[in-house]
Amino acid sequence: MNCFYLNFDLKNLIGARKLKSFEINVNDKNHKIEADPSTPLLWILRDNLNLVGTKYGCGISQCGACTIHLNGEAIRSCVYPISSVGNQKITTIEGLSKEGDYSYVQQAWLNEDVSQCGYCQAGQIMTATALLEKNNDPSDEEIDNAMSGNICRCGTYTRIRKAIKTACCNKNNNGNY
Amino acid sequence: MEIINTRIGRRSFLKTSGAIGGGLLIGFNWFLSCKALNKREPLNSVPKEWFKINGYIRIGENGMVTIMSPNPEIGQNVMTSMPMIVAEELDTRWENVIVKQGKLDEDAFKNPQFAGGSLSIKKGWDPLRIAGATGRYMLIKAASKELNIPFENLITDKGIIYDKSKKIKIDYGKVASKAANIKVPDDVSLKSIEQYKIIGTSKKNVEGPKIVKGKSLFGIDFQTEDMLISVIEHPPAFGMKVDNFNRDEIKDMPGILDAFIIDTSVPNPGWADVNAFNEIIAIVGNKTWNLLQAKKKLKVKWVTVDNLESSEDHILRLEKDLLNGTVTETRIDGNPNDMFENAFKVIERTYSCPFIAHNTLEPMNFFANVQDNSVELIGPIQTPKALENSISSLLEIPIENIEVKMTRIGGGFGRRLYVHFGLEAALISKKIGAPVKLVYTREDDLTQGVYRPAYKSTYKAAFNSKNELIAFSVLGVGMPSGPVFPNRFPAGAIDNYIAENKSSKTNISTGAWRAPKSNFIAGAEQAFIDEIAEICKKDPIDFRLELLSNAMRDPVGKNFDYDPKRFINVLKLVRDKSFWSSNNEFKGVATYFCHSTYVAEVVEMVLVDKQPKIKNVWCAVDCGIVINKDSAKNMIEGSIIDGIGHALYCELNFKDGRVTNNNFDKYNLMRFNQAPINIEVFFVENNLSPTGLGEPGLPPAIGALANSLYRVTGKRFYNQPFFANENLFES
Repeated sequence: MNCFYLNFDLKNLIGARKLKSFEINVNDKNHKIEADPSTPLLWILRDNLNLVGTKYGCGISQCGACTIHLNGEAIRSCVYPISSVGNQKITTIEGLSKEGDYSYVQQAWLNEDVSQCGYCQAGQIMTATALLEKNNDPSDEEIDNAMSGNICRCGTYTRIRKAIKTACCNKNNNGNY
Repeated sequence: MEIINTRIGRRSFLKTSGAIGGGLLIGFNWFLSCKALNKREPLNSVPKEWFKINGYIRIGENGMVTIMSPNPEIGQNVMTSMPMIVAEELDTRWENVIVKQGKLDEDAFKNPQFAGGSLSIKKGWDPLRIAGATGRYMLIKAASKELNIPFENLITDKGIIYDKSKKIKIDYGKVASKAANIKVPDDVSLKSIEQYKIIGTSKKNVEGPKIVKGKSLFGIDFQTEDMLISVIEHPPAFGMKVDNFNRDEIKDMPGILDAFIIDTSVPNPGWADVNAFNEIIAIVGNKTWNLLQAKKKLKVKWVTVDNLESSEDHILRLEKDLLNGTVTETRIDGNPNDMFENAFKVIERTYSCPFIAHNTLEPMNFFANVQDNSVELIGPIQTPKALENSISSLLEIPIENIEVKMTRIGGGFGRRLYVHFGLEAALISKKIGAPVKLVYTREDDLTQGVYRPAYKSTYKAAFNSKNELIAFSVLGVGMPSGPVFPNRFPAGAIDNYIAENKSSKTNISTGAWRAPKSNFIAGAEQAFIDEIAEICKKDPIDFRLELLSNAMRDPVGKNFDYDPKRFINVLKLVRDKSFWSSNNEFKGVATYFCHSTYVAEVVEMVLVDKQPKIKNVWCAVDCGIVINKDSAKNMIEGSIIDGIGHALYCELNFKDGRVTNNNFDKYNLMRFNQAPINIEVFFVENNLSPTGLGEPGLPPAIGALANSLYRVTGKRFYNQPFFANENLFES
């Protein structure tokens, strides 16, 4: 290692005085995090916990790529500081279903083969899941209202709508899909 | 059946196969240094040993097949469709196929590894089929020896080799190790279309399961343990340059390792080296949030070195150059000037579009690890070969010491044809002496683009006293080159025709944006043709069909770029499917040919709360053989939404060289509630070689939109974005 790194480590120790300790619950696991209290959850998930399914798109809560659940509510993690989390439960796309399994919304996304580039789809699925958990049979207008904060640059909107309807069907027809 | 020579160009097609004695055991070590990418979950039981048949194919002893997908995956789904072509000719079961992204190695793939120009399928069609067919040949040859049955008496079906009586059979996996040593044949036979089992069906996106589970796939997700992260700061305005900045202060901030200025200027830049700013500031650390905080604390002395252009300057300059500029390109058939002078009636309409950004949802980023005399580059790039070349000349490191690996790409649209962000990552890694991932913020991405330039075009039509079209003229200007394709429709269909281009200057960086030039000119031309049809009192589809029939029966001029028959087919198909009739209330049609594919679209609007809303879009496509049907539909659906969304809402604004709408709060990308409710896509069935789908669906959507808007509002829309600030309805 060169001297850059030595200085770097030393400076980080000094800088560490600004850091605070947090304990957060992500996907039913507790994590101890040392971070600047202003750090948005997005970067905690991506840089500290290697949960990279939650995406950076705009940093100002305009595109929805970073959508996660906080106690089941869809929020934009790019503007939500770690200091505000407290003991609320965080769910990310990685926590929607177990390894090798899919949630009813993820399954609907596969059925409709929604994705093009796929970059926005984790955020779309998180927003749609929050909607469907509260509303078993949303109208087109309710779907519009829920989904219009999530940009899909590839233009898969018609398929997303179909997938949401498929997900409703899956959920309502056989209980646990 | 088609016999095809396996030699493409001057090089032997598959020089790697059988080169090493014994069944060649291949470890997938391309990503050994890259933990995040290594976590691939097997779709089926993964064999312990893989035998390499050629650059594309590895077969396991259990019959599983790995197909390497050669081209960058930007959402066009080539990672599914290209391996489908290989699997078809290999004659294996699709369920047994695992797909992996190949790294840059054009010698192994014998195919340009490039995502652009809707070319992946068109250019890959022969190499991919040959790869599959030679693999099948080698497997049969090995089975022939193993079973002691003559080659001619063996057939294959879904990964199994049979004798003709189907009494004896052997699985591909059982002969794979021996097949790897079989000499590559000079010629192979290819299947005929009737024999296809995979091509023409619908196979789901092979990466779909990973996408919906949020697995690490994209460049921005890539991590190694010893990796640093970097952000950049570029001049705030075109025409400005960095002089110096508060380096010491930034370096002292928590989590910041260093900050410095880099210069990515390469000697003899090629087309992929277009870049807004060569000299930029880089800040390096190990947590993104620290870097973003440091970026805010930058105090930079910028110096003005060139004009600081504003959007108003662009509008005025295009107007002036359209009138007075020098003509750069012309086509003239008949005597258009005389006809215009002596016409009973002439109409003239001028159309324009603004600069727009690509706005791939995954911002520009790249990983680089530069060592003394070697480079490893990993990330989202449409032009890996161009990146490799530029890196080689920038760092003076030989090509053979550079390794480029492609991740999945969160949107391309042409933006990632330009390689500068890869060069930036490499220079930062070199300077800091460590592996680095460079990440742009959205604002960096939007304000340092290679934009679709502003265009302007004037169309004129001359009529005789019977309201018959007698001459047609189009003149276009763009920054830097005009948008007109002089030999495209309606060239060849009109006796007196003139098409001209002029050019205009700007210091804003411009380049290819999905369906370059076509993304403007199709909308203008197809809206103008609607106006002509109206004057001629003809149905818009009938009128287009008449013009195309002229071109088919008695083509005007020496040449034109399209096949009128294929054009007619898509128009007729969309007419049927959209229930088109003479009293279509709110339907508009357009048809266009680009990137070797023919498309016709009908847009239908409704009024919701007195506002126009797009209800239905019908689309007919002739791209030859369709590889992956449902995925092809997805591509067209997306391109329609992309075209309509940008024509309605998008413009990039400049003030004194600065982009003023620098994030999605000020730059309106189409939203879910604004998208068409229903899109239906239909394909013309034929046996022609396949052409691309990434771009051709977009241009006509704008024309059909404009024509449909006219039916709803009574008003013609000439200037994009249509929904900027105009009153939508005829006052």
